[in-house]
Amino acid sequence: MVEHSDIRVVHRGGSKLNFREPLITSDSRFLLCASGQCVKVFSTSTEECIHDLRGHTDLVTGVLPKPSNHLQVYSCSADGTVRLWDYTDGILIKTYVIGYPIYSMYVSANHEGVIFIVTPMQSDKRSELFQLVAVDLPQSADQLVEARELSAVLSDVSSNPAASAFGRGGEYIVSAKPLQLEVYFFKKHKSYRFPLKADNKKGGKNTFTCVACHPKDDCVATGHEDGKIRLWRNFNHKKEYTYSTLHWHHNAVSSLCFTPEGTNLLSGGVESVLVQWRYKQESQRDFLPRLGAAITHITVSPDGALFCTSHSDNKITIIQSCVKVSAVIQGLVKGESVRTDFMVDPRSKAMVLNGKPGHLQFYSLQRDKLLYNLDIVQQEYIHELGLQQFEVVKAAFSASGNWLATVEERKQKDAELELHLKLWAFEQQTQSFVLNTTISAPHESWITALCFGLAADSQTTVLVSTSKDGHFKAWQLDARAHTDDEGPAWSCDFVGAYHGLVPERCCFSADGSLLAISFQEVVTVWTPASWELLTTLSQPPGAIRDLCFGQLSCSKYLLGTTAGNLLCCWNLLTCSLEWSTSMDVSLLLADPLSENMAAFCCQAGCTDLFVFKPSEPRPAFSHKAVCSGRVTRAVFAPREKMLESCEEGCQWLNHSQLYFLTQYMDLMTFSTKAEEDRLMASSKQLVIDDSVAMTPFYLLLGKHRQQQQENEDALSSLSAERTALPKGSAAIRELLQTPAHVLPSTSLLCSMFVQSLLISVTDSREEKEHAENEPESEKEEEDSEEEMESSTLRPKQASAGCQATACAAPPLTKAQVRELRRVKKLDHSWIAGLLDSGV
Amino acid sequence: MASFKPTKIQVYPKLGEKVTQDTLYWKNYKAPVQIKEFGAITNIDFSPVAPHNYSVTAFTRIHIYGPFSQEPVKTFTRFKDSAYCGRFRSDGQLLVAGCEDSVVRLFDVSGKVALRLFKGHTKAVHVTDFISDRYQVLTGSDDYTCRLWDIPNATELTTYQEHTDYIRCGVTSKLNSDLFVTGSYDHTVKLFDARVDKSVITMDHGHPVESVLLYPSEGLLVSAGGRYVKVWDLLKGGQALVSLKNHHKTVTCLCLSSNGQRLLSASLDRHVKVYNTTNYKVVHNFDYPASILSLALAPDDESIVVGMTNSILSIKHRKSSEESKEISSKQRRRPSYRVFVKGKNYMPKQDDYLVSKPVKQHLTKYDKQLKKFNVSKALDTALETWTRMRKPEITVAVMKELERRGTLKNALAGRDEQGLSHLLNFLIGNLADPRFAPVLVTATEAILDIYQSVIGQSAVVDRQLLRLQELLEKEADYQQDLLEVLGMLDTIFASSLPRKEVPCSGVSRSNGLAQGEASASGPQLQAT
Repeated sequence: MVEHSDIRVVHRGGSKLNFREPLITSDSRFLLCASGQCVKVFSTSTEECIHDLRGHTDLVTGVLPKPSNHLQVYSCSADGTVRLWDYTDGILIKTYVIGYPIYSMYVSANHEGVIFIVTPMQSDKRSELFQLVAVDLPQSADQLVEARELSAVLSDVSSNPAASAFGRGGEYIVSAKPLQLEVYFFKKHKSYRFPLKADNKKGGKNTFTCVACHPKDDCVATGHEDGKIRLWRNFNHKKEYTYSTLHWHHNAVSSLCFTPEGTNLLSGGVESVLVQWRYKQESQRDFLPRLGAAITHITVSPDGALFCTSHSDNKITIIQSCVKVSAVIQGLVKGESVRTDFMVDPRSKAMVLNGKPGHLQFYSLQRDKLLYNLDIVQQEYIHELGLQQFEVVKAAFSASGNWLATVEERKQKDAELELHLKLWAFEQQTQSFVLNTTISAPHESWITALCFGLAADSQTTVLVSTSKDGHFKAWQLDARAHTDDEGPAWSCDFVGAYHGLVPERCCFSADGSLLAISFQEVVTVWTPASWELLTTLSQPPGAIRDLCFGQLSCSKYLLGTTAGNLLCCWNLLTCSLEWSTSMDVSLLLADPLSENMAAFCCQAGCTDLFVFKPSEPRPAFSHKAVCSGRVTRAVFAPREKMLESCEEGCQWLNHSQLYFLTQYMDLMTFSTKAEEDRLMASSKQLVIDDSVAMTPFYLLLGKHRQQQQENEDALSSLSAERTALPKGSAAIRELLQTPAHVLPSTSLLCSMFVQSLLISVTDSREEKEHAENEPESEKEEEDSEEEMESSTLRPKQASAGCQATACAAPPLTKAQVRELRRVKKLDHSWIAGLLDSGV
Repeated sequence: MASFKPTKIQVYPKLGEKVTQDTLYWKNYKAPVQIKEFGAITNIDFSPVAPHNYSVTAFTRIHIYGPFSQEPVKTFTRFKDSAYCGRFRSDGQLLVAGCEDSVVRLFDVSGKVALRLFKGHTKAVHVTDFISDRYQVLTGSDDYTCRLWDIPNATELTTYQEHTDYIRCGVTSKLNSDLFVTGSYDHTVKLFDARVDKSVITMDHGHPVESVLLYPSEGLLVSAGGRYVKVWDLLKGGQALVSLKNHHKTVTCLCLSSNGQRLLSASLDRHVKVYNTTNYKVVHNFDYPASILSLALAPDDESIVVGMTNSILSIKHRKSSEESKEISSKQRRRPSYRVFVKGKNYMPKQDDYLVSKPVKQHLTKYDKQLKKFNVSKALDTALETWTRMRKPEITVAVMKELERRGTLKNALAGRDEQGLSHLLNFLIGNLADPRFAPVLVTATEAILDIYQSVIGQSAVVDRQLLRLQELLEKEADYQQDLLEVLGMLDTIFASSLPRKEVPCSGVSRSNGLAQGEASASGPQLQAT
């Protein structure tokens, strides 16, 4: 077997957005959040990701603004570095190497040049003990700076960033351990500890979950496991501290946050309700209910206008002044497990899997963006711990994408299993799926597999569901039964069983003429036309684990994997075993666009991938140790554009791309070198000059503008006619920016305004004549004070224009400099004239 | 921020017949007026002219009733024995009737004494009718003959002796004065032409023919006999078109609705069935208290008159359009038109800025309470009398929702005697319903758990608990019986299905695992 070095396993999007508290920039235009190994910058208004700050080599564990410069942010990571970024341009300014994994980071305006980080105790890296350390960031011009000056502040702190906070003006830092609150005063170098009892009389748990400090007052708010919020005061004395208790949450308070002015306290928890308490009038509360999922973090923008909540379903919600949800940034929702298979929606080519409780999510792999959530259960979700909810456990698409079948179930301890099979029709008008039929209790027990196939007349689709109750059922769209007022609905067409065995897997052949159903060790092959049992195949010992028909030219083969570590291939023409090989295949799947099949094999805790054609004895591709642990979910996603790779090892990636989910819920894929190169090239192309979100519109218009600029450059060197435009526009700008009360009457301005729009012929001639002449510096000096104001404007304007062409464009050419100067000279002369006349 | 998702009320497939245009039409009759006659009512005939009086032949009398009178407007009693088949002439002036004593009598509708007596039959005459030229009478008798009589001279014109058994039904053509049809107990229906002195078409019905009917176009003929109603195409020489078997006793009478779109058949099984004449499907069914012998529809279907063996005449009048409207208008009072269109017809001007009004989500009362987590109140709302009685599915859906939220016990607990008895009443009424059972069983268990300690404190509740127990026992027995039947059916099916060998691959045959037999049960339909 040959290893192909040019195919790599890469992470592909879908990383957590809610891992750490997001950050809203001081102008409220951007939202920064740690996401995997990079920091993502989102626009708060358009929800689009503007760029990624890439550089860290491990999980990013915190993003904080630099107190002295609001255009820069620090980010810390488990790779032991703190990096300083310019987030508007996405430039890495500095890297401070600390050397220890960092779990969280705190900064304060009062501590210039010092950051506080939480690292594991140095003595033992594996231990669960953490300490809070102050790090002096050395002043240095270098990109890479070693910061080794560490001084411990507090030992034995929680690694959770919410468990520590800086107090008023950075005078003290508060840290909560499971049952103890510790306040450290920097001036006194003294810390006070306030312990709580493990359980109070009513049985509520007093464990601290989060801490927040009032920005203007000596008050610390702590959240607790039992849903209480305590407001601590007077804690600069060991004995005379007081606290008051607020109680609304019925489950643990997971996040607390004071607004910048300290007038309100925000809290959130599992209930997914954002609660706003008035500071000092705590009986007044405002609620923002039904935010979708449990709140994990709350942040407020520095001006207090925007709130932002992170949710457990990998979502960030931006809220305008506690009233209106203005934007939702949604990442790939990954629960504890993927119950449904990975699927690809044949229409949108989006990956589909279960996401939020009771929803299916449609996730665009190409754009790394959640397209939409389809509400399957359609019931009010009750946010309460320990409550059994309906979950989407199975889903299947028909080949054309017209139908979607879903199974939802709920199992309570001592009640019957509740099962619903739902069939959704695609509606052209709304471009989404609409519920067509609900079948309650389609089977008496769990449904093990679900698949669509073409019916005998190859016009209608048929759905087959297999269940633990030993039956499999075929469902068909019944056009006959429907009455005038309702459309056609699905009904059961056939119920089958085989010797009372439990069916586990089912699979339709590509043309829909055969249906294979595995009953433990036995594979039965049925014809959907008459529902007759055609043949049985089996290869004991070991129950069948996976079943798959070959595609295209290999459609005569039926492949199956057994629990007895066998991969079998039957030839359906001869009804005999073609070949079999011994391997522990955890997942077998077929590429619908080619003959290739992929088998993930589990060997010694690692997963290997083999790609092969059923008709050929040699695997087309193999990759050892793709990841650790078993791979149980994978999918072949068709490519938007076919690759033209001729190399033998990469050909299997030409039509479609293989995505899989590791044990730790990371979405991975295989990418070839050529593809990566292309991606790199395109990412360079998309460097964005402005804060404008990267919308399709922008791409369209931006490109247009760029072209225009290029044209302009080309033209300006040839003829000076076009240079009249910037002059005119500058004049207009001047006119518009001057306050109305200092402007002269409109009649006076009008002629000048119109004149400024005209293309002056003399100018261009003059310029040609005085091409070599140095600009008249003495004239410039004559200009009035207002000139000063506008001169600050001009460089900006120029730089904005230049940034578009970005790094590619060299410093301004001589011609351009000249031009600029000329503009400078021309556009303000009329204002000077005005001033004279006005005075 | 998503909006509150209301409780989902499960839609159950409607049991019973579906409401169609036909059911609405045929249900739109008032409660029947019942009149006791002297004997079994053998024939009813409507007068073709307004005011559409109808003659009712029962025992030795023929009564003529007005359209809305419950007393006969006229009575003919001059029969020596049972009278049969009193029929009006097309101008409504004359009435002819047969008699057990073989004499056929012709009456003036306004007179009392018979105008003519037609003597010649030797046995009882069960069939009489006027030929469409208005001057001849057709009779059919138990002496196997049918005859034509001349009214002015009271003489016999022709005798047909083709039937070999009693002639019990007959009808004359309304379009052609020479054609008539007779049906006999010899299982045949014969079409006679007076011009050729013999039958031209003979149709074999297969059972003694009780009634024949010609379509208004006279291209189709309907005959009834035994349990069958058959339709014949006369234009194709008497070819059988359809055979209907919807009654389980002899069909005695046939009738067409006024527009010819519906066919009615009455039977000894006490039903009147209404057929659609395009596809001959039963679209409606009337039930009567006794076996029906005769049936007639008033012109424009204004009333349905049915005569039964227990000598009761049942008359159903159509509800007038005002009456039916009145009921519907009472049900719903709409806001006046002025309120309705207020502001709707305003055309926005050019500079107007349209402030879109947010769509307000309407929530039902229990949903509002659920939204506020007032679980007990929500259950109370769902248990209100009207909901409980008329829409049990709402109550059950709310219970299910509470159970899903894990708060069913909280909602059920803390009720007083009255509240608990309401709840138990509901359970007793609906527990055995298979649609609701899964939810209600858990609710019942929860109630028994919660109120275990207070059993014996209230006589009302105790009585209800006993009833509940009885109900459960009965249900358990019933389920057992059903399972027994199912077992029996399975054995029957298993023995009747042929065993089929399934071809196996060589590999699989050697291991002996798959000695295949498809134990698949037949297609099974499931309601969705």
